[in-house]
Amino acid sequence: MGHYFSIIFTALFIENLPLSFFLGMCTFLAISKKVKTANGLGVAVLVLTVITVPINNLILNHLLKPGALAWAGQPGIDLTFLGFLIYIGVIAAVVQIMEMIMDQFMPGLYNTLGIFLPLLTVNCAIFGATLFMVERDYTFAESVAYGIGAGGSFLLAVVALAGIREKLEYANPPAGLRGLGLTFITAGLMALAFMGLGGLKLG
Amino acid sequence: MAETPRQLLIHPILQRNPIALLVLGICSALAVTGKLSTAFVMSVCVTVVVAFSSLTISIVRHHIPSSVRIGIQITVIATMVILVDQILKAFYFDLSKQLSIYVGLIITNCIVMGRAEGFAMNNPPKASFIDGIGNGLGYGFVLMVVAFIRELFGSGSLFGYEVLKLTSNGGWYVRNGLLLLPASAFFLIALLIWLLRTIDPDQQENN
Repeated sequence: MGHYFSIIFTALFIENLPLSFFLGMCTFLAISKKVKTANGLGVAVLVLTVITVPINNLILNHLLKPGALAWAGQPGIDLTFLGFLIYIGVIAAVVQIMEMIMDQFMPGLYNTLGIFLPLLTVNCAIFGATLFMVERDYTFAESVAYGIGAGGSFLLAVVALAGIREKLEYANPPAGLRGLGLTFITAGLMALAFMGLGGLKLG
Repeated sequence: MAETPRQLLIHPILQRNPIALLVLGICSALAVTGKLSTAFVMSVCVTVVVAFSSLTISIVRHHIPSSVRIGIQITVIATMVILVDQILKAFYFDLSKQLSIYVGLIITNCIVMGRAEGFAMNNPPKASFIDGIGNGLGYGFVLMVVAFIRELFGSGSLFGYEVLKLTSNGGWYVRNGLLLLPASAFFLIALLIWLLRTIDPDQQENN
């Protein structure tokens, strides 16, 4: 159990996706003006990583890996080069299905998260979480834990940045720095602060 | 507003820079700029992918039903990225290990999608191809500037060759560790945006 907990913990604080790997930057910077919308976006990302990372893990281990197709009588096939295409396909499909289900059964939630969903197909954080899972060769249970940690790290970072930006509304920076420039500097300072957590170890 | 091929190529580098003005494709821009060599390879990869995916999408643009266009664009882009990734793995294995997942992330790089959706879908193939190259160069320009500063002052070298002799090798230059940290990329891009927007006030945001 401790092993899975430490995967979640590492992904959340030490290997925070937006702040130490710069994944999901586009949405991270664009949709962090208000804490409320940032919250919605973060939850949507969390739900998606929790679903897509394990699915892609199953696909990798049972369809793509060299020898994975042995159950179909084809032990010599290595399909890993098709990975990117299939992972992004899975993400796009899950986004679409989630949108339909939420539209049908949870209209309230759909109204809050709905606008972010199509955007999330091309969110690097979600795709990046899958790619890290592939690179680190996680088992199925580990991939579930990593999905939670990776999505959670995005939620944490985007809400924190939105909180700071709401306060920055009252600042009066030089004209050229207004908006994007200042957000970048804020994000940089946050990244520095998160590095302070780098030495933490669990278990 | 029809632009000449020359304008299509030059404008994205400074006036309509995809990173500085449109905030697209930031993810990889920050992550691969620790060294000039990785930044250079990344710029080349992105330029190739944008140019050829724009070209392909533009050629088939009349046959794409608008309801499934995002899916088709992603498929085209993913195919291009797989090609680039396989080529890198085959011929430059060390570099592809250093870039790790960031080559794969070109698929979700908003510049590629943005150009496909915003330009290639309603422009002829030749213009789309040139526009793709231009945007790739604009992206590469920011990447190279940031990587130049980070590598020169962070490790005292350029493309891996020692330029400023480090104290650890008996030289005089004390390396600036901050620039090797990922966070420094944020600051450098912020300063670059500040510079670009001071030179060209049209790009400034209103509160």
